[in-house]
Amino acid sequence: MTGRLQALGRATLDGLQALGGAVLLLGRLLRGATVVLVRPRLLVEQVYAVGTLSLVIIAVSALFVGMVLGLQGYYTLVDFGADDSVGTLVALSLVRELGPVVTALLFAGRAGSSLTAEIGLMKATEQLSSMEMMAVDPERRILAPRFAAALVAVPLLAAVFSAVGVIGGYLVAVGMLGIDGGAFWSNMQSAVDVTPDILNGVIKSVAFGFVAGWIALYMGYTAEPTAQGVSRATTQGVVRTSLAVLGLDFLLTALMFD
Amino acid sequence: MSERLVEIGVGAFVALGLAALLVLALQVSGLTELRQPPGYEVTATFDNVGGLREKAPVSMAGVHVGRVESIALDPETHQARVTLRIERGYDSIPADSTAAIYTSGLLGEQYVGIEPGWEQATLAAGDRFTETQSAVVLERLIGQFMTQMQD
Repeated sequence: MTGRLQALGRATLDGLQALGGAVLLLGRLLRGATVVLVRPRLLVEQVYAVGTLSLVIIAVSALFVGMVLGLQGYYTLVDFGADDSVGTLVALSLVRELGPVVTALLFAGRAGSSLTAEIGLMKATEQLSSMEMMAVDPERRILAPRFAAALVAVPLLAAVFSAVGVIGGYLVAVGMLGIDGGAFWSNMQSAVDVTPDILNGVIKSVAFGFVAGWIALYMGYTAEPTAQGVSRATTQGVVRTSLAVLGLDFLLTALMFD
Repeated sequence: MSERLVEIGVGAFVALGLAALLVLALQVSGLTELRQPPGYEVTATFDNVGGLREKAPVSMAGVHVGRVESIALDPETHQARVTLRIERGYDSIPADSTAAIYTSGLLGEQYVGIEPGWEQATLAAGDRFTETQSAVVLERLIGQFMTQMQD
């Protein structure tokens, strides 16, 4: 009984410690992020690693997601004679939800995991401690530019995702199912607005980039400096980022579209 | 990889992302229509606008000729005053035309349809439709049907 109580208490304290550590790290990351103003080179390298190299997977996924949305939307809407609205369905789903969310999930798998593994390995091979010995602050030199890069890359990737997805939906709806192209665009344009829909999608993707970068870096920075520890941290980083993104998406949607 | 290639890659990525945002704003949401198209405004008073909303299309013989600019309640007559913006090029609408609120399809959105009249004089900016036909409210229709059934 006492043992179980102790374990519960320890687990609670560990959880609180992790949360506190993550928040403190976030504060240092935000303060350290000014390094990108002094040395923009660091940011450019990281944007290339997490953004440019993620473009292909984002664009291909988006094309297929858009095509599936077009097909499924058509099959459902055609029963009500509303198959002209398939453009509206595709665009609203992508811009409001799927664009930011799926981008963030893919980003966690493609870029977040590599961030965690990279930082974890740097720690395991004592590169970070040797930097500290040379009076170089690894949080400022290594972590902060990666955090800034995630913050820059995810909104751009989400925009690419939504745009490519709409094109995918167009290819299926107009090219394959024979919906009138004019009706496809005009219904979409009358239903989608810049201020609630697209802007909220962008705000969401900024929030997701923030969370994805933060969790990936925290997991790598606190990983146990062993091969096992790094692999566990990488897996947990992806899982936690995915859960955080989905939960945060519900919160943001509830706040934005009431 | 050389620095130049990295920079080109990042530049292409950022350019693509911004282009995607531009596509979303212009092609998907039709921001170009936010810029007011040249045209003129006319008003129409309805007893009931039903589910008509701002930006709803205005059409004549099924052809899109404008949009609903604003809907307001007249404080004296307690009727709805709807301002319609008719696009330039459609300036030969007869002055005695009827403005009616229809529903596209059974479940579609509501729009304003203009039935042309016979007069030579045409509507100009600031004019008012003399003949209007309110939206059909389904509950009221069913109510009338029920009372007739009881007779």
